[in-house]
Amino acid sequence: MFSSSLGKKYLMALTGLVLIGFVFVHMAGNLQVLAGQAQINAYAHSLQTLPWFILWGSRLFLLASVVIHAWTAYSLIIENRKARPDNNEVEVTKRAGWTSLKMGLTGSILLAFIVFHLLHFTIRTIYPEYAEMTTTVGSTGDFEIHDAFSMILAGFKHEIISVFYVVAMFLLCRHLAHGFSSVFQSIGLRTEAWQRKLNLIASGYAWIIFAGFSIVPVSVLAQKHGLYEFYDPSFFVSEVSEKNNTSNLLNNES
Amino acid sequence: MKLTLKIWRQSGPAENGSFESHVLDDVSEDSSFLEMLDQLNEQLLKQGDEPVAFDHDCREGICGTCSLTINGYAHGPENSTTTCQLHMRKFNNGETVTIEPFRAKAFPVVRDLIVDRSAFDRIIQSGGFISVRTGSAPDGNSIPISKVDADKAMDAAACIGCGACVASCKNASAMLFTSAKAAHLNLLPQGQAEKDARVINMVNTMDDSGFGNCRNYGECSAACPKDISLDYIAKLNRDHAKARIKEIFS
Ligand code: HEM
Ligand code: FES
Repeated sequence: MFSSSLGKKYLMALTGLVLIGFVFVHMAGNLQVLAGQAQINAYAHSLQTLPWFILWGSRLFLLASVVIHAWTAYSLIIENRKARPDNNEVEVTKRAGWTSLKMGLTGSILLAFIVFHLLHFTIRTIYPEYAEMTTTVGSTGDFEIHDAFSMILAGFKHEIISVFYVVAMFLLCRHLAHGFSSVFQSIGLRTEAWQRKLNLIASGYAWIIFAGFSIVPVSVLAQKHGLYEFYDPSFFVSEVSEKNNTSNLLNNES
Repeated sequence: MKLTLKIWRQSGPAENGSFESHVLDDVSEDSSFLEMLDQLNEQLLKQGDEPVAFDHDCREGICGTCSLTINGYAHGPENSTTTCQLHMRKFNNGETVTIEPFRAKAFPVVRDLIVDRSAFDRIIQSGGFISVRTGSAPDGNSIPISKVDADKAMDAAACIGCGACVASCKNASAMLFTSAKAAHLNLLPQGQAEKDARVINMVNTMDDSGFGNCRNYGECSAACPKDISLDYIAKLNRDHAKARIKEIFS
């Protein structure tokens, strides 16, 4: 079933659909950062304390989807190189756009991003101190949970990291703008009459994903640079104090 | 008009090819692209040089024998046009025209601009037919076929098998050709009995011939002289998936 060229495309399309669904849920979940520390921490805690088979079942399912998607992508790319060994002297493109031609490139950068992102916020090997960040909740104040909110703010205060995240989300947006419509062609559910509409839906979806994910790092940087107060300013104090002793004094007095 | 032709020359399948430039004077704007090449060959023969080998047959856009990648476009820059139907008035006086063979691993160069497209024949042999008792022609309208299906089947059957889809595809995929040939029969009652075996066998032969995989760019349909629609590729994907699923349960 999956050994033929079409079979690989089915696998790529189906795993792509899984990932399309996942990124939407992930983005919607992330938006709770904007609602403040209590909200996002409660959400993060509820995910981390799911029954182990659901938590690890979903993680393995997603990991398998990414691995199968990338494996089929690279195997098709290698086969395609072999199928057209000599390039035309004059290479022209009539219809296809940048977005569809560069799916392998945007996908490869996304793969690198996924690895970095997991090491950054999930396994937390890049900044091990993120794992130590905890906060107490509950009426008695003695229930300790991981402080996802502080970790996210600390993570996105680094300009380079935030810019990388936003760039990666832009590439994800481009990948999805072609991919979401392409899926229906690959599994045989698209007609040219529908293609225009599907392309519009895919493009709309892709930009929502871009905006929804990017707003978190952008808002953190905006507040760090004094543009707008999205979050409780006390989470930004230490940063200011390093640069400005006077404000540090003021903060201590108040 | 006066043209500089940059033409691919290759003396045999195992030989390395390269480009050769020729200046051609007095090209009539009314001549077809192939007539212009005939003129070049006469000039080469007079000079005692080898003429350029290129494929052609009907010269009226129906047989699919002519090929050529002209300035990067399979069958030249005009939409819905075969090379034999392309006219020199579409080019500018003094222009350099680059002429290459259809490039794909599955289409090895035989000589100069001629490529071996028998991989297409093998795809047809593996399923592009229906097995019926031959004999006298059946009575007209003895098998009812809806107008919608008849039209779609006719549009698919318009494929002349020239290979421009493969040449224009960045991945040298033969999906447009294979899908049109499969859909033409799969849409009609006569094609139903062998439908599942047809798609599986044709796709297998296509893969084995060394064509690339479809990446949904749409370059094939844009280059197709008969404007075969991408809908047939979607239909092949669908029919193939159904056939494979049935295979699992049988
Ligand atoms: C968050 C991660 C990803 C999502 C949501 C995603 C989504 C998609 C979707 C929906 C498709 C269309 C499938 C089809 O046309 O049948 C696709 C195609 C593709 N993806 Fe991904 N993908 C992701 C990651 C990757 C990665 C890591 C790679 C790296 C190799 C990659 C490479 C490709 C390639 C090469 C295609 C083929 C495009 C084509 O057929 O034109 N993707 N992706
Ligand atoms: S020579 Fe027959 S289609 Fe061009």
